[in-house]
Amino acid sequence: MSAPLLEVRDLRTHFFTRAGVVKAVEGVSFTLERGEILGLVGESGSGKTVTGFSLIGLVDPPGRIAGGSIRFDGRDLVGLPPGEMRAIRGKRIAMVFQDPAATLNPVMTIGTQMALAVQAHGGAGERAARDLAGRTLARVGIPDAAARLDAYPHEFSGGMRQRVAIAVALLHGPELIIADEPTTALDVSIQAQILAEMKQLARQSGTALIWISHDLATVSSLADRVLVMYAGRIVESGPVSAVLRAPLHPYTRGLLDSLPAMARPGEKLNQIPGSTPSLLSLPPGCPFAPRCPRATEACRTDPPVVTRPGRLALCHHPLEAAA
Amino acid sequence: MLGYVIQRLIQAAIVMLAMSALVFVGVYAIGNPIDVLISPDATQDIREAAIRHYGLDLPLWQQYLAFLGRLLQGDLGRSFVLNMPVLDLVLSRLPATLELALASVLIGAFIGIPLGVYAGYRPDSVLSRAIMALSVLGFSVPTFWIGLILILTFAVNLGWLPAGDRGPTVEVLGVGWSFLTWEGLQFLALPALNLSLFKLAMMIRLSRAGTREVMLSDTVKFARAAGLSEYTILRRHVLRLISIPLVTVFGLEFGSTLAFAVVTETIFSWPGVGKLIIDSITSLDRPVMVGYLVLVAFLFVTINLVVDLTYALLDPRLRRGGRAA
Repeated sequence: MSAPLLEVRDLRTHFFTRAGVVKAVEGVSFTLERGEILGLVGESGSGKTVTGFSLIGLVDPPGRIAGGSIRFDGRDLVGLPPGEMRAIRGKRIAMVFQDPAATLNPVMTIGTQMALAVQAHGGAGERAARDLAGRTLARVGIPDAAARLDAYPHEFSGGMRQRVAIAVALLHGPELIIADEPTTALDVSIQAQILAEMKQLARQSGTALIWISHDLATVSSLADRVLVMYAGRIVESGPVSAVLRAPLHPYTRGLLDSLPAMARPGEKLNQIPGSTPSLLSLPPGCPFAPRCPRATEACRTDPPVVTRPGRLALCHHPLEAAA
Repeated sequence: MLGYVIQRLIQAAIVMLAMSALVFVGVYAIGNPIDVLISPDATQDIREAAIRHYGLDLPLWQQYLAFLGRLLQGDLGRSFVLNMPVLDLVLSRLPATLELALASVLIGAFIGIPLGVYAGYRPDSVLSRAIMALSVLGFSVPTFWIGLILILTFAVNLGWLPAGDRGPTVEVLGVGWSFLTWEGLQFLALPALNLSLFKLAMMIRLSRAGTREVMLSDTVKFARAAGLSEYTILRRHVLRLISIPLVTVFGLEFGSTLAFAVVTETIFSWPGVGKLIIDSITSLDRPVMVGYLVLVAFLFVTINLVVDLTYALLDPRLRRGGRAA
């Protein structure tokens, strides 16, 4: 078996704020094979977005990667000089953001923006850059793509704008695309379309995909494997079907139970009590313990890693898979 | 786009009308020009003949309508004092002020914007702090004082540049310009620099604030994620995004410098319109005052119109009235 495309070891990304050190990502490890689709799930503030930005080397100050390694195709991205990191960004690792209305430059045509992204990696001429931009727009399902190059972002619908952003990510045929909640800002019907198309595009081109989302349902329809994050840590990981059928971690269970689809009509929705803890003052031991129905005295100490075939969880009292 | 232009043109015409009325009434309220025009020992007959000649015996509204009628034919009246058409008088002085004002706003923009963008991009660096200190100076030190210091330094002590006057001019389109010759540029240098310092400070502040804001936006983050270099991001994305307030201030500053470069023109004996208006106020030369103010209003309105149309060029969302996202 060849080496994995991405191997993250003990990644720690901290924000050095005036109030103290916010450990947004604290000891995250995972691997990603070529062409694999990985779901990264968690509530707001769980560190999933910061993990994504850490991979691409775009953590804004006062944050920085405080430790660990990110081996991408055998090369550690942590501590790479800015110039070399830039050569990888957009070319081999691309990223799609949550709100396409905010990411595309409102005062520049789509064609110009895409041409800039093409020319950022190698001196393609104006003409060649536009050609590639047009072809890529057509790939993401934008009708009459070549003519739309001269349109501005506000002339597209939300779904179309996100397709443009996805096309920007696809321009150089990257080996990895990090998608940070790219469907959250879209209508539900468009969400499903984009989801299906993303999956198809990734499969066609053999691109690995890290899909960051707070929505387990989205991830379940898309990903091969899922990582569940809580308070900067991965609390559970495994194949998506297994994790969804029988979660090991009580937090994953809670997330699943709070999906509206799981409740019967008229019944109250389940929710996880409490809210995500402040990362400035985490309790010792398991960070989920204060909200956990299964918490005991033991949870005041760091939880052990529970392993099952192909799966991991960080818990003193894992839920046992009932077959 | 055409509808937008027409709408703006109509607005501009209304502003001009209101402005001409205000100016006319305002100037009417100051003093009686006849006292200045005729020697005190003139006979009553001569006096009344003069009043009738200048139409000063008519009611105000008739005087205004007559003025407006002449204005529409491009006639701003004749100077009481110099007895020549106001339009010719102002136009003979305007090129000097025009090139001075334009030079100063251009210096302010071309130096101020890059400095401001840098200061916004690296807000904590030593150079940025120095740039901001410079901008505070530009805001707070009075123009006349800087003008004197400039003359003292570059003209008197170093002897590099002339201290005043306009020097030789080149005739183009029937009027003389300084900026076309090297020598003329030398005469232009100090007054333009003097006037530009305030604009420089303003441009620095504006572009710094804009850049700081835009650098945190998702647009910049997305451009970085696509692998664009920082230079490309600043030059192509950030500059476009911060341009609207810059264009606004550029236009306003250009207009107000055209109208009110008086102090600098006086210090550097620059034969522009600023000196003309001061002279006409002292001699109560009413047609010159009115004509000048109407012309200034016209320039302002024109500049604002150009600025508005530039917005539409810079931001496609403004092109179709209100259909912005």
